[in-house]
Amino acid sequence: MELIVASAVGVLTAAGLYLVTRLRTFPVIIGVALLTYAVNVFLFASGRLTVGAAPILRDGMENYADPLPQALVLTAIVISFGMTAVVVVIALGAYLAGDDDRVNDAADHLDTTRVGGKEAGQ
Amino acid sequence: MSHWIIAPVLLPGLLAAFIVLAARFHRDIQRTVSLGGAVALLVISLALFVNASDGTLTLYQLGDWAAPFGIVLVADRLSTTMLLLTSVLSLSVLMYAIGTNWDERGRHFHALFQFQLMGINGAFLTGDVFNLFVFFEVLLIASYGLMIHGGGAKRMKAGTQYVLYNLLGSTLFLFALGTIYAETGTLNMADLAQRVAAISPDESSGIRVAAVLLIIVFGIKAAIAPVHFWLPSSYSEAPGPVAALFAIMTKVGAYAILRIYTLVFPADAPLFEGLHGAWLMPLGLVGLVIGMIGVLGAWKLDRLIAFSVIGSMGMVTIAISIFTEAGITAGLYYIVHSTLATAALFMIADFVLTHRGGAGLRLYASTPIRGNAMLAGLFFAAAIAMTGLPPLSGFIGKLLILDAAYSTDLVVWAWAAILGSSLVAVVGFARAGTIVFWKSRQIAGEMQDDPRSEQDNVDSKPDYPSAPLKALPLVAIGGLVALIGVHTALAGPATAFFRATAQQLQSPEPYISVVLDTEGKEIKEGGNALGYKKDDHSGEEGALAGEDAAEEPAVEEGGN
Repeated sequence: MELIVASAVGVLTAAGLYLVTRLRTFPVIIGVALLTYAVNVFLFASGRLTVGAAPILRDGMENYADPLPQALVLTAIVISFGMTAVVVVIALGAYLAGDDDRVNDAADHLDTTRVGGKEAGQ
Repeated sequence: MSHWIIAPVLLPGLLAAFIVLAARFHRDIQRTVSLGGAVALLVISLALFVNASDGTLTLYQLGDWAAPFGIVLVADRLSTTMLLLTSVLSLSVLMYAIGTNWDERGRHFHALFQFQLMGINGAFLTGDVFNLFVFFEVLLIASYGLMIHGGGAKRMKAGTQYVLYNLLGSTLFLFALGTIYAETGTLNMADLAQRVAAISPDESSGIRVAAVLLIIVFGIKAAIAPVHFWLPSSYSEAPGPVAALFAIMTKVGAYAILRIYTLVFPADAPLFEGLHGAWLMPLGLVGLVIGMIGVLGAWKLDRLIAFSVIGSMGMVTIAISIFTEAGITAGLYYIVHSTLATAALFMIADFVLTHRGGAGLRLYASTPIRGNAMLAGLFFAAAIAMTGLPPLSGFIGKLLILDAAYSTDLVVWAWAAILGSSLVAVVGFARAGTIVFWKSRQIAGEMQDDPRSEQDNVDSKPDYPSAPLKALPLVAIGGLVALIGVHTALAGPATAFFRATAQQLQSPEPYISVVLDTEGKEIKEGGNALGYKKDDHSGEEGALAGEDAAEEPAVEEGGN
């Protein structure tokens, strides 16, 4: 089970990072979403992997699942869900406003020609 | 137990909710509530600051739960100083935003502003690492909204970059927290400090990974090279007052480094040899040089200021990374100074943008600016402070850092980088100021492709008649510049205070004992009052939290 969980985290992270380097908003957002899935699984596993353990502390129970990572994961899921929604909205706004879905600055962004050339010549 | 310590978190949160729900369409109510909240926050922070200034540690247990189980807020010298800085800055930014009508360009400026304050204050006060993450997210999600306030294609694009970069940072933060929890079984800072100190060197690989992951996360927030790339576009495209407020955001990262890496992962511990203690200083130097070269090469005034932020964060990183009393003192002095100077510069730049012709903030000669002399004077003062020329506080800050760096191995590099970059910055700021304020001339039919200059252009926008300079924004800017002056004049008491702060940070035992030894509430079960046992969860190497908790009868659910 350790192998499955570990490789799931690894594959999700690798796929997420690959997509983030695509530098177009849609793949990047999918990549970030995959990364958040990876981190959720990772957080879940940080309380150790147990099978068939009681969900919470009870009388006379020796073996139980650590409840804290579950709370952490819930928080992380909620936050990453909200953040993904926000980034989708902002990226969509940027695409509609600028007609361009590249994440990085375009080469002509630097607008240096106006400083020295045309304007200074007037 | 005093409840005032949670007021800086609760008050902005409640006001924000009120503004969203009840005053959504009422500009004047929003402004009144928001300004009133900022003044109240200033008073509360001042009271907390005075209370903590004699070295008192105030602990607040949320829900009255004792420390490793419940979340705690801790007010010490460092956190109350940052609180006070935040509230001073927020009041001034709010005055500026209201005076320039920036808050009218979107409906939720004030609500987002208050939520942002809530996140920043919470991040400064919390004594729990996961709670720190949550407050980071609160301040970030509010900053995403503020960042794109007013809209425009370039701003939306910069906003997308900013959000994505910070989402990656947040993911990394969670990975770091997961690692820390897996290694120590706790996320409370004081508890972490004890457990990390008890980890044997043979089993330290996991916690060392966590320490490095965490400093990358804080490095992203603090814009330390090489993870500073998000900053120039974000800060220069953000609305002026928002960029001024963001001056404190990089300091949140610096604060987190100061807090965690003196308390939990001390750089001089053998466990962390060759990690942040070795790498932070060179990275700070690189950041400083990159920032100041950017200042020299910037083609717009706001980008120039954004690069100077990277440079000043490099300075802060250098100072902090010395991890001595003198280094932390100098770093804290510089943090306060650079927050004020950055905010003043961003607001001046925004004011210039509003009153300059179609050239916007581009650095070439354009139409004269209305109120040139006063704005030029303010810019001059702020630029002197930022570049570190005498007589203002930047000079004193740099002097303190130079002095503190004397004890390190990299002293030659530090001196060379700090002095050289100061010269470069002076040239960069002098060039920008000269072009913007002195080299003005009339240009007919100026082309406009910058969304902000379209909105703000005095000549083309009927809403902005050729009115005289408004008073409120000038008061806000002048207030910040005056505060820089006060920070300079009171450099002696200030450094004495920061030295005491550094001493408090460097001897964390009182912090740990206050957090861990304060009793929480007692659970009554079947008529028996059971208190927490406070001594059975420390010093067990690699112990699972679960195993510890299993010995605690007090957390049992009733009705079993």
